[in-house]
Amino acid sequence: MTDLTSLTIAEARAKLAAKEITAVELTDAYIGAIDAANEAINAYVAVTPDRAREMAKASDARIAAGKAGALEGIPLGIKDLFGTEGVHTQACSHILDGFAPRYESTVTQNLWNDGAVMLGKLNMDEFAMGSSNETSYYGAVKNPWRAKGSNMDLVPGGSSGGSAAAVAAHLCAGATATDTGGSIRQPAAFTGTVGIKPTYGRCSRWGVVAFASSLDQAGPIARDVRDAAILLKSMASVDTKDTTSVDLPVPDYEASIGKSIKGMKIGIPREYRVDGMPEEIEALWKQGIAWLKEAGAEIVDITLPHTKYALPAYYIVAPAEASSNLARYDGVRYGLRVDGKDIVEMYEKTRAAGFGQEVKRRIMIGTYVLSAGYYDAYYLRAQKVRTLIKRDFELAFHAGVDAILTPATPSSAFGIADEDLASDPVKMYLNDIFTVTVNMAGLPGIAVPGGLDHKGLPLGLQLIGKPFEEETLFKTAHVIEQAAGRFTPTKWW
Amino acid sequence: MSVDLATVKRVARLARIAVSEEEAERMMGELNGILGFVEQLSEVNVDGVEPMTSVTPMEMKKRTDAVTDGSKADDIVANAPNSDRNFFLVPKVVE
Repeated sequence: MTDLTSLTIAEARAKLAAKEITAVELTDAYIGAIDAANEAINAYVAVTPDRAREMAKASDARIAAGKAGALEGIPLGIKDLFGTEGVHTQACSHILDGFAPRYESTVTQNLWNDGAVMLGKLNMDEFAMGSSNETSYYGAVKNPWRAKGSNMDLVPGGSSGGSAAAVAAHLCAGATATDTGGSIRQPAAFTGTVGIKPTYGRCSRWGVVAFASSLDQAGPIARDVRDAAILLKSMASVDTKDTTSVDLPVPDYEASIGKSIKGMKIGIPREYRVDGMPEEIEALWKQGIAWLKEAGAEIVDITLPHTKYALPAYYIVAPAEASSNLARYDGVRYGLRVDGKDIVEMYEKTRAAGFGQEVKRRIMIGTYVLSAGYYDAYYLRAQKVRTLIKRDFELAFHAGVDAILTPATPSSAFGIADEDLASDPVKMYLNDIFTVTVNMAGLPGIAVPGGLDHKGLPLGLQLIGKPFEEETLFKTAHVIEQAAGRFTPTKWW
Repeated sequence: MSVDLATVKRVARLARIAVSEEEAERMMGELNGILGFVEQLSEVNVDGVEPMTSVTPMEMKKRTDAVTDGSKADDIVANAPNSDRNFFLVPKVVE
């Protein structure tokens, strides 16, 4: 019998429906894989085997009764940012020590309502602030991929590094993730997986630990495009508990897989050709263009002139919102408390001990740009630049472009504790240069593997779509996947 | 614009984060690095441009003004580091 953990969600779904396997068998296979691998990979920060087996048993009963949901019996990993009732929810921060909410986030509740099984909570950068998963209080995640002939540990990207690594290493069938500046797409690209950040407002933010509320959006990381479509269908919903949740019915994303892209107009933005970009990335991009052309799409050059300002504007808007959102961690209502001689000292000591360096840095930047006298020069200006970034995309779409093709990241996965990156926070921020524009404009973006570089490491392509046209992204990404193939790391753990 | 050590300490105070002298020194360098990076926004002409307030053009949803939740005091204090009979306990703030 084949290893059950090698099945995609679509394959497992078919075998479960045909009663060739049971949900309990499938869940047990994943729990076994996690037990064997997690010490090496560090993808999970909490494993919930008892709950998983209970949920799987209930799934088997529903399958037997002919009442199977869309994700019945499918074992998933959940990013530690999602509130899960009674279970470890700490945004991988020390300041949320011991926090287990008394509520369930809308996105995870949607998954359980559809029959999915929770395997545990996944590692991430602290409060989703990072591009390498190294800011986690629980330590770095190791990328299941290694360069050919090397045993050097690489990062899986971030912030959803645990999600991407767990999917790539087959430690879950699929995972939830979140994306504020590239936190789904960059780790997906670094691990040879598929990740989609849907349009802002498509997935409810209710019950998800907030980082930057005008940018945060949940989405799935999966092994292939079809699985990503299946997961997003269940995650997305219209939710009265989130006032930014959009009143639009959730389409059947899977139905768009395999549809023709003939006659579609694909925009190629010249501003995404950045200085110092490896030739391999440029070659991959050209290859992507060729694949889409071959499938009948029309390729047009476009210009998005404010692209270079997206990252600096992001590093004002996101820290500003974060400094406000993270004000709630004060040692009073939940998590860590460090006592002080008075209440202010208690706050200051608690926050000094509870937050890691990167989080402190961003809170400080946010506090500074929002402080009296600086608001107009920084925050207001950044929000105006954001309007211009969005307008660039609107003009392209207005001119008839259906989707935009770009590289997902400016490099393949880099080493853990890279000295060059550790010494300069801005260098780390540049990882999100191709993805952050999409959050600033609230658009949907998908990262899909395009090939391997000369080191044998995965590289991703990104497709950017019009608001709420995720279906276009799924069908186009599927064309790329059909041409590029799928990529699985060689097991070393 | 760049920040000096006194500004870093003032901002840390506003953010309620205790910083040591060495941390403040290190942060000063890092913050100035980031502020230097975002400085390039000053070259963008934003005359007459509206600041973005909502990325998706939509009316904020309003619900009827009715009590839909509550009576959950036990749940609310369940994760508190220090509580007593459904009150959060903090150091004395009123003399």
